[in-house]
Amino acid sequence: MLKHILALALKEFLALLRDPRSRFVLIGPPIMQLIIFGYAASFDLDHVPVAIYNQDSGAGGRALVSRIEGSPHFEVVSHLDHDAQIPPLVDNKEVLLVLHIGPRFSAHLSQGGATALQVILDGRNSNTALLALNYLRSIVLDYNQHLATNQGQTGPPVKLSMRAWYNEDLDSHWFIIPGIVGLLTLVVTLVVTALSVAREREQGTFDQLLVTPLRPTAILVGKSIPGLVIGIVEATFIIVVAMLWFDIPLRGHVGALYLGLLLFLFSAVGMGLMISAISVTQQQAVLGAFLFLVPAVILSGFATPIANMPEAVQLLTYLDPLRYFLVIVRGVFLEGDGYALLMDQYWPMAIIGMVSLVAAGWLFRHRMY
Amino acid sequence: MKTQRAARAMRFKGMIHKEWLQILRDPSSIAIAFLMPVVLLFLFGYGVSLDARSIPIGFVIDQPDSNSASFRASFDHSGFFAPRSFGSIQEAQQALAERRIDGIIWLRSNFSSSLLSGEDAPIAVRVNAVDANQARITQGYIQGAWLAWMNQYAARHGRDLPMPIALEQRVWFNAALISRHYLVPGLVAIIMTLTGSLLTAMVVAREWERGTMEALMVTPLNMQEMLIGKLIPYFLLGMGGMLFTVALAVWQFEVPFRGSFLALLGASALFMLVALALGLLISIVSKNQFVAGQIAIIVTFLPAFILSGFIFDIHSMPQAIQVVTLAVPARYLVSILQSLFLAGDVWPVYWANMGAMAILLVMLTVVVRKKAYKRLD
Amino acid sequence: MNDPALILRDVRKRFSNGDKEILALDGVSIEVKPGSVTGLIGPDGAGKTTLMRLCCGLLQLDGGALEVLGMDAANEPAAVQAVIGYMPQRFGLYEDLSVQENLDLYADLQGVPLSAREARYARLMQMTGLAPFTRRLAGKLSGGMKQKLGLACALVRPPALLLLDEPTVGVDPVSRRELWQIVYSQVQEAGMSVLLSTAYLDEAERCDEVVLLHQGKVLGQAPPAAFSQEMQGRTWEVSSERVPVRRLQTTLARQPGIIDAIINGDRVHIITAPDFPPEAINLLPDTADLQIRAVPPRFEDAFIDRLGDTEDAIQATPEIRQVEKRETGGQPIEVENLERHFGSFIAVKKISFSVKQGEIFGLLGANGAGKTTTFRMLCGLLPVSSGKVSVAGHDLRSASARARGRIGYMAQKFSLYGNLTVTQNLRFFSAAYNLHGQAQKQRIHWALEGFELEPYADTNAGTLPLGYKQRLAFAAALMHEPEILFLDEPTSGVDPLARREFWARTNALAEAGVTVLVTTHFMEEADYCDHLVIMAEGTVLAAGTPHEIRAMARTLDHPEPSMEDAFITLIQQQEGGK
Repeated sequence: MLKHILALALKEFLALLRDPRSRFVLIGPPIMQLIIFGYAASFDLDHVPVAIYNQDSGAGGRALVSRIEGSPHFEVVSHLDHDAQIPPLVDNKEVLLVLHIGPRFSAHLSQGGATALQVILDGRNSNTALLALNYLRSIVLDYNQHLATNQGQTGPPVKLSMRAWYNEDLDSHWFIIPGIVGLLTLVVTLVVTALSVAREREQGTFDQLLVTPLRPTAILVGKSIPGLVIGIVEATFIIVVAMLWFDIPLRGHVGALYLGLLLFLFSAVGMGLMISAISVTQQQAVLGAFLFLVPAVILSGFATPIANMPEAVQLLTYLDPLRYFLVIVRGVFLEGDGYALLMDQYWPMAIIGMVSLVAAGWLFRHRMY
Repeated sequence: MKTQRAARAMRFKGMIHKEWLQILRDPSSIAIAFLMPVVLLFLFGYGVSLDARSIPIGFVIDQPDSNSASFRASFDHSGFFAPRSFGSIQEAQQALAERRIDGIIWLRSNFSSSLLSGEDAPIAVRVNAVDANQARITQGYIQGAWLAWMNQYAARHGRDLPMPIALEQRVWFNAALISRHYLVPGLVAIIMTLTGSLLTAMVVAREWERGTMEALMVTPLNMQEMLIGKLIPYFLLGMGGMLFTVALAVWQFEVPFRGSFLALLGASALFMLVALALGLLISIVSKNQFVAGQIAIIVTFLPAFILSGFIFDIHSMPQAIQVVTLAVPARYLVSILQSLFLAGDVWPVYWANMGAMAILLVMLTVVVRKKAYKRLD
Repeated sequence: MNDPALILRDVRKRFSNGDKEILALDGVSIEVKPGSVTGLIGPDGAGKTTLMRLCCGLLQLDGGALEVLGMDAANEPAAVQAVIGYMPQRFGLYEDLSVQENLDLYADLQGVPLSAREARYARLMQMTGLAPFTRRLAGKLSGGMKQKLGLACALVRPPALLLLDEPTVGVDPVSRRELWQIVYSQVQEAGMSVLLSTAYLDEAERCDEVVLLHQGKVLGQAPPAAFSQEMQGRTWEVSSERVPVRRLQTTLARQPGIIDAIINGDRVHIITAPDFPPEAINLLPDTADLQIRAVPPRFEDAFIDRLGDTEDAIQATPEIRQVEKRETGGQPIEVENLERHFGSFIAVKKISFSVKQGEIFGLLGANGAGKTTTFRMLCGLLPVSSGKVSVAGHDLRSASARARGRIGYMAQKFSLYGNLTVTQNLRFFSAAYNLHGQAQKQRIHWALEGFELEPYADTNAGTLPLGYKQRLAFAAALMHEPEILFLDEPTSGVDPLARREFWARTNALAEAGVTVLVTTHFMEEADYCDHLVIMAEGTVLAAGTPHEIRAMARTLDHPEPSMEDAFITLIQQQEGGK
């Protein structure tokens, strides 16, 4: 039995690595995606184009403008001198926000009174708008406190001392890049395993396998091994790149991470083999993998939080192995988690893996024609 | 001359009819053209949201009194939070580590006394920032609730809030900042990429793979006729998928549509042509369904997802990646669509993006014509 | 109008595969006479398809000139394509369109005026017998009907030159005869010229002229009779009352001076070397009743004679261990009232037969007769609907792994791992059959040597020439020395030389006591079987020894029917009976 499994696994590896197309699938997409996701996928704002319509000639307005110009988040691209210039700028997406400082801004301030500062935002991308607004708010708040102290006032009665844990600089990459470990490993493992049986069916070699003394369990295990090994290798590669190239700290227990990875791959292999057992042709397998992958990624919390989803959709995410692994990989990388804290993520993946592998085994035997 | 034209019309009709029948009989084309849009729309319409709500947050109040109660009440009423109380900071920190809450607000025992004495009364806020974007949004909401409470407090005590500048925000186009309103229009571009490039690449590759291309080539049909005849049904299918998606977006997801319908048709038609040309090129290069599918996903689908500005802001990407996005046709359509839906007909945006797509189309057509010849070698 | 329809002068075509350059056609010069049928004959990989594609303007010439109906195919491919009809090897049918829709498509593309269509369709339908199936999807037609539809599509606008690339591959004898009738009716009615490639040598004799192609070179162009003429005085039939015909064939094949020996009915057909007198004493001195008579040469004889020289004629037969006689329990293979339904369709209807040890048992039938379904049930690849199957005393569907270790299986399509090398394939299959260490090494060595695969040991199985692929698949099925061997269409698409080799090995296996169950649609191969069953529409049409089955078709006009005659007679009888 053990020798059978070894022979099968060896054959699977050879079949995968000797075929230029499969090699491409293993190497091409992961590197592409690592680059794209690593650099392009970020919610952080940089150099948001801003226009300033400053009707005020006093020092107050100037001071505020220089604070905005000094912020790395904003880039003042134009100064307006007329109301009518605002709509085309915003409409044409030349600026994301326009700051309108009224004519009596400094005057009001020096009199110790209150004044309004108007900001116009392009809300077409609501997330960008919201973040830009938050940046602006902090600048204004800061300026307010500065003014208050200058005027000898005590400032607001209550101060917030904000601290961001685990990701002190609020860098999105710290969130996205560990996520890529899960995403890419899922894609590669799923495609490798989903195609493995379908390819043999299409080429007729599956019949040849079934008439040998190999047991279905041996076939199942033999076909799982390459997915597992390749998954571990790719994941390790991405983890190393994340640590050395993208400088993401790995704060937790590596063992806890790899235990999670193993269970995650186990469930991914199970899903892949299930898709493979259902499909007759490679095209169907690719389509099936695609139909599983897209929702699995979107509902995993990879880019958008699960907590924001409606109740019913949140329930659905419990079926998604990636959901659990993302918590593990981020937990170990950033939060420094160990085994105990991740227990609740481990066992659901083990169950998904078991159920899908048993289902795949059943389908093997009952879909032989 | 006349008979030649009649023969050409007949060949066209034959090709289009054949493609149409094949589309109708192939469940996978129907799945990609109509099932995928529905799945994606519902996933994005319902599943994906950047709008935080009911953020679980832990309150640690060392000495409960009326001030701390009113502070907490401002969080209860904000609608963004689901506050929970913890007896001690240790318990709350444990809960934060276990991801049961996303943040802690800690009012120390000296909160009220400092407040009354007019000293600084600091509130410690800890946010789990693993997801930086959400952390930033949470921080913004906390700040909002805090400001609201201070205003209330100041008013109640007849004091002036030392906040000389009040930020008066006006958000255009999407006043409530609902993320669905910007995600769903962009999704139209993704769906059209699926039909235009992925499906077309697979279908043309299938003709090579099954050997039917060889039989077609030995008919009087010339290459242009064959390609155009083949693409018209997919063009219509893609446009149908687009209209279907837009209809769902407007009626099911209640995304406003403020532009003109003709502008929408024009932009999506041009984009569809670019996507078809890309699909065609992929199929000619790969001549095999498996490879065509892989290339189409990597070259068209993924970039449309990530590099088009559909979710991630192009402006904030590194310069090199921004240059790469110039070659992603979906970025132009996403930009047009977000304007058409939320802002209306913004002609400078519209024509600039249309121009870019037109340039891409011309370049692709030149390459396709060079690569597509009626020979097998 | 007596100019040749097709002229090739010194045509060359190269393909580069990675860094290797392959000369597919090397200075080919042929002519196709107008209003005649020219056959293009050659083994697998001779360059037949390349030549066809060049004629259609689908490939560029690397040298020489090619003229189709007075036009230069290289410079005016569009003009050429407007007047020719072409049926590619993988008939260019859309399987998801119906028969009528396929015809309409090609009529549109070929510019057949609407007014002319009705009459043309009616004529084509009448010729092909597809009229009752116009609404059926092409993918749901049987292989023979698909080919007829492909031909109809190529003929929808009567072309001046018709090019057919292996139109009869995998088609049963009845459909093959019909295809030929259609081709000839077109030649006679419309004066069409036809160039047709085929791997069936008996079809060569139906052509007006034959071009023999081998390794990209023309070995000759002449009427088929001219080819056989050269063989005059070298072809004989040998028979003996006492020696079984198969053993006779095996013995004769090993004799020096005999170039070829094949079974033909109850006799062995031989070709002798020139100047080799075929007298009993020269052939088999110890067989007293050996009868030898001269027979007129056939085209196949000429083919084998010419190609046998160019190829390595002596084939090694691997050493085979004698299978012990099994004392216990019934026959190695027993089938009783076997049935299989697919939905409401009954693919196999209550069939019964049994196979004795050391026997070659043939399962014959047209496409769709239920052979493959039966075969798959025997191997345990398909569950049985009702009835009983027993292979070596087990139902393989539920049998233990050990029972499966006693059978060998070779699938219809080449089904080894194409991107693994020959050695890697052998190593994997031997391991799957529980061979390890020294035993495994020995067996792999045996396979590489016995099947002459050594030069290809490190080649990817997928890139082997077809004949070698078949050898490899055969070797893989024999790694564990099975007692029972299942061979599904082992010779489909394989050229005559490789087929001879295959049968020589199978005979040797049977001699050693291995039980062989084989399916085939080459009727002449049925003569190699000890027993056979002819299936049609899921039932057993006839069963018995080849001799008995041929006897069923014996009439006064036809005292010595071939197996193909018998098959057609039986099918016609059955259809008449309905």
